[in-house]
Amino acid sequence: MQGGGENATTIDERHSSRVTVEVNGASREVTLDNRTTLLDALREHLDLTGAKKGCDHGQCGSCTVLLDGRRVKSCLVFAVTVDGRSVVTVEGLAGPDELSPLQAAFIAHDAFQCGYCTPGQLCSARGMLDEVSRGWPSAVTGDLNTPAKLTDAEIRERMAGNLCRCAAYPHIVAAVRQTAASS
Amino acid sequence: MKAFRYHRPADVAEAVAVLAAEPQAAYLGGGTNLVDLMKLGVQRPDVLVDVTRLPLDTVEELPDGGLRIGATVRNSDLAAHPVVRRDYPVLARALLAAASGQLRNMATTGGNLLQRTRCVYFQDTSKACNKREPGSGCAALHGQNRDLAVLDWSEQCVATHPSDLAVALAALDTVVEVHDADGPRDVRIADLYRSPGTHPERETTLARGALITAVRLPPLPAARRSTYLKVRDRASFAFAAGSVAAVLNLDGDVVRDVRLAYGAVAHRPWRAYRAEEELRGRPFSPELAARAADAELAEARPLRHNGFKVPLTRAITVRALTELASS
Amino acid sequence: MSTGAVGRAYPRLEGAAKVTGTARYAVEYPVDGVTYGWAVPSAVVRGRITRIDTTEALASPGVLAVVHHGNAPRMAPGPQPELRLLQEPTVHYRGQYVAVVVATSLEAAREGARLVRIDYDTGPHSTVLTDDHPGLYKPDQVNPSYPTDTAEGDFDAGYAAAPVRVDVTYRTPAYHNNPMEPHATTAQWHDGRLLVHDSTQGATPVRATLAELFELPPESIRVVAEHVGGGFGSKGYAKASVVLAALAARHMDRPVKLALTRQQLFGPVGYRTPTIQRVRLAADTDGRLTAICHDAISQTSTIREFAEQTAVYTRSMYAAPHRRTTHRLVRLDVPTPFWMRAPGECPGAYALESAVDELAIAVGLDPVELRIRNDTAVDPDQGRPFTSRNLVACLREGAQRFGWAGRDPSPRAGRDGRWLIGTGVAGSSYPARARPSTATATARPDGSFLVQINATDIGTGARTAIWQVAADALGVPPERVEIRIGDSALPTAALAGGSMGTASWSWAVIRAAQALREKLRDGGPPTGEVTAEADTTEEVGGQPALPRYAYGAQFVEVRVDADTGEVRLNRMLGVFAAGRVVNPTTARSQLIGGMTMGLSMALHEEGLLDERYGDWVNHDLATYHITGCADVESIEAYWLDERDDELNPAGVKGIGEIGIVGAAAAVANAVHHATGVRIRELPIRLDKLIGISDLA
Ligand SMILES: Cc1cc2nc3c(=O)[nH]c(=O)nc-3n(C[C@H](O)[C@H](O)[C@H](O)COP(=O)(O)OP(=O)(O)OC[C@H]3O[C@@H](n4cnc5c(N)ncnc54)[C@H](O)[C@@H]3O)c2cc1C
Ligand code: SF4
Ligand code: FES
Ligand code: FES
Repeated sequence: MQGGGENATTIDERHSSRVTVEVNGASREVTLDNRTTLLDALREHLDLTGAKKGCDHGQCGSCTVLLDGRRVKSCLVFAVTVDGRSVVTVEGLAGPDELSPLQAAFIAHDAFQCGYCTPGQLCSARGMLDEVSRGWPSAVTGDLNTPAKLTDAEIRERMAGNLCRCAAYPHIVAAVRQTAASS
Repeated sequence: MKAFRYHRPADVAEAVAVLAAEPQAAYLGGGTNLVDLMKLGVQRPDVLVDVTRLPLDTVEELPDGGLRIGATVRNSDLAAHPVVRRDYPVLARALLAAASGQLRNMATTGGNLLQRTRCVYFQDTSKACNKREPGSGCAALHGQNRDLAVLDWSEQCVATHPSDLAVALAALDTVVEVHDADGPRDVRIADLYRSPGTHPERETTLARGALITAVRLPPLPAARRSTYLKVRDRASFAFAAGSVAAVLNLDGDVVRDVRLAYGAVAHRPWRAYRAEEELRGRPFSPELAARAADAELAEARPLRHNGFKVPLTRAITVRALTELASS
Repeated sequence: MSTGAVGRAYPRLEGAAKVTGTARYAVEYPVDGVTYGWAVPSAVVRGRITRIDTTEALASPGVLAVVHHGNAPRMAPGPQPELRLLQEPTVHYRGQYVAVVVATSLEAAREGARLVRIDYDTGPHSTVLTDDHPGLYKPDQVNPSYPTDTAEGDFDAGYAAAPVRVDVTYRTPAYHNNPMEPHATTAQWHDGRLLVHDSTQGATPVRATLAELFELPPESIRVVAEHVGGGFGSKGYAKASVVLAALAARHMDRPVKLALTRQQLFGPVGYRTPTIQRVRLAADTDGRLTAICHDAISQTSTIREFAEQTAVYTRSMYAAPHRRTTHRLVRLDVPTPFWMRAPGECPGAYALESAVDELAIAVGLDPVELRIRNDTAVDPDQGRPFTSRNLVACLREGAQRFGWAGRDPSPRAGRDGRWLIGTGVAGSSYPARARPSTATATARPDGSFLVQINATDIGTGARTAIWQVAADALGVPPERVEIRIGDSALPTAALAGGSMGTASWSWAVIRAAQALREKLRDGGPPTGEVTAEADTTEEVGGQPALPRYAYGAQFVEVRVDADTGEVRLNRMLGVFAAGRVVNPTTARSQLIGGMTMGLSMALHEEGLLDERYGDWVNHDLATYHITGCADVESIEAYWLDERDDELNPAGVKGIGEIGIVGAAAAVANAVHHATGVRIRELPIRLDKLIGISDLA
């Protein structure tokens, strides 16, 4: 009962694409089945398993990466669509020799337990802090016309797209608060 | 997921032409709904036409004071736009109440309007659903239907439209600019969506292959006093259990102009014309707001699990209008 | 002797690996020639496969094989019948895995799975638990091995004679564990030996199960679980993913990665059974309990009996002369329920601690005081004194920290604009147990030490805690100790479950360290490696059977929107007495995690079963809501300094589960205080409270 075998491995040319994408600062080129999501491209083709698959449907946030600097859920992005763009994953957050302040704060505040949601939390927080510095409002921002202050309520709302079943939420909020305050 | 060809058109005409030529093609916006449904096997396009690199990503202030929003403007950019925040708070708030930060960075204006229902039976190909498979039956009618419609449903389908943005746009009398095989044209948002009737698989009045290129907000100074209230089963990151978009313009305490639309109650964003009629020209009071909501909801036919939507929608109507009246 | 590592707030050892994304989970190891498995669930509830047509699937690009009952490698009967997958055409519940598609890519595997055509003969089914189900029966025992029913005194007479009585029935829905990492496995066979990287709470039991199923000596199997993305009970034993991956890899003679999808986790990997619980309490007018009865009904499957020990909590929590507990079960055409964080105690405490609140109101006594009045130094069940019982101290300290004093007990006393504010309390307890384990400790010539034990860190902080314990036991600074866990090639140890991990593992590690120090005592620094090992089987087995429990008190303040019925948590505070706390940082995280899951149970979670289809239709994280970041405004966990010499060498009681026990009751009690409405069926969602502003 064996199927088409190795010959069937690569999907034909019409259904695949050559994709060039900058990942964590390095240009990568791969041929991918058009169906391959950015998440699966990272995990299965580029050996970047930092981004996690928690739901595969945009519902948990574990797969969050930065696409052209903005946080997105990579499980709902076809890799072929990011041709020519740049991606930063959790593997790209740290400096060459040391952790980023956000990562260090996550450790200091014990902002994770099993660690499975953590790469997504980190990338989400990174993107979120940029959104705040751009003055973007959130659902809990009182006055839409003045830049929001990063209260705990703001952090909680803005991080709501990242579920954590271990429920490290209060510590995640603390880590983000500290990172924001010191930057 | 079926293997598909990927196409990145150079311009709108090319995008529309591909759709016209390919019976099983679909536009790909942010993908937050389409990719999801493709994984579930609910949508099975042969060709994806990626519209996100078309030059439809700007927000333009129009000479008449209105606003044109390109179809590929991302939800987060739109919510953060200074003019939207100032002149159309109902729109900013509806966007911000939806999904999550990451998803709003991905989701486009056009894709949001055409996202499919979140009915769990629609999303599960092992179950009966007339919308997914015409004639197979509606599993939700006598199934788990807490999230589904109380107004304007049919025996064939009791689904709701899940978009928050669409509710705000319905209240704002938005015009949707589309481009199909016959060229560009305008569709009033009130005419965009259909009732489920006997053909729930037909969700909009658009021709197959029609591309949304922009939405146009008419000038509406009254919208500066507007809001969007959304109630959900957890504090954030959930679809609406009930929602209301409201614009209120008072002359003293008399309602001069009011726009009301409801989410989570029907197959389409529900413009509450009857409630508006009740309100217009009368001195505002919370009691009046409640009467107006009652008038609108008089025809509600709750299903087994969603009777709460009627009092909920009434409660948030009163709250939204009362807050606007006192702001 | 102690260097004092135990009790200090070390950050997690694997912290850097987790925040940089280098920690590898089960399907993240690079493997040459790997293929991808995709499980195919049955689309019927009960029946028999009459035909599997794989033509289309096999014709689909990239699909290598479809493994099913007609061609799958044979397996021996194992300890859990539901793991004998792909062996027979029989379908026992909807969602049972009936085939695995193996392909060269995830995309091809997913599409292949969709193309497998299966015909079934089906029969009628029963999937809904009711309190008058004709199939109700009395199991021989309840999980893991408690008596099914207990009785002391004469409940009926005691109840009838009492001046104050409460007779209430509570219902909880199915809950789904939903660890963030799905059940996932990479399996590879080399020369008849099996290597699996599995997302499990215990590599040792997984190895044992695989050995039975594949009829191999355990030495031929290695199970690695270095990092595990949560389990909450659902990964307590081998689950479908590891069996399917191993089967498929054997069939293919190629490595297979198989991760269940999120949707596939709703049922077949276990879930918390729905419960129907009738609680009757009787008291004198001072609030002293005279009679307690807890009758619990839950479900199991047709293939295996799992009897949730729902009423066991009530046997030891509060004293009364007349007591009775019963468990009844129904076999339904559903997947077998299984462990979920504090099985038994969690749903049972929701009912009992809610009923106690109802009793306090009936008596007119403060609910903290009522619990204090019914405290007991002697276990009402075993009749022996508890080794330590600090429930009252937890209640007192919690009340003080929370600001309970002066609370107006009348419902609807608190209001802040449109919000009705209420507070609630509940007690909490969880047994402190240990299981046999083995460990080795090695001294190296460079002055460092290696400690090895097949413990599992599913996020509990186990790796760090054992390391601290080991350092103290070796009498060296922890920096000199290296710890290896999460691999069945290491010394066999208990699984991470039942809040027994730290107790069991530290026991073996301490004994190994002591043995090593004994060996090293005579000589100077070793010239070569010196290893000592320990096996605690005898010592643990020989421990006297005493009532050992951890305790806690949970305090909650909620606000309820008077118009919409929305419930939000203002704050939650727990105080626990759980023996020695090895690492305050990771302990706090565990307790807060448990409390949050209790909040989630109280307000958000509910598996919605569609009787016609026999499965949970809200089988994803968009429709099965778990508590999110925005729902948790303030949760604090504290503990008492507690010493109990009757426990284990490290003096720990376990903290993984107690945080969830009582949490949902505290929330429900607070909702009642806020609104005057008692919701006895979880979750407490707005549809059950809408319109309360119109009530008195
Ligand atoms: C977990 C989750 C939670 C969510 N919560 C909410 C919520 O609370 N409120 C809410 O409103 N939404 C919510 N969403 C839905 C989300 O807002 C929509 O998926 C999104 O807006 C769709 O936009 P898109 O650009 O990603 O569309 P796509 O997924 O790309 O497309 C959606 C549909 O529109 C078609 N399409 C796309 N662009 C065009 C165009 N220009 N012209 C014609 N057709 C087009 C596509 O062919 C497809 O059929 C949620 C989504 C997820 C996954
Ligand atoms: S309500 Fe509509 S979408 Fe849902 S099952 Fe019925 S037909 Fe399908
Ligand atoms: S895996 Fe992408 S959001 Fe869950
Ligand atoms: S740390 Fe385990 S899910 Fe967040």
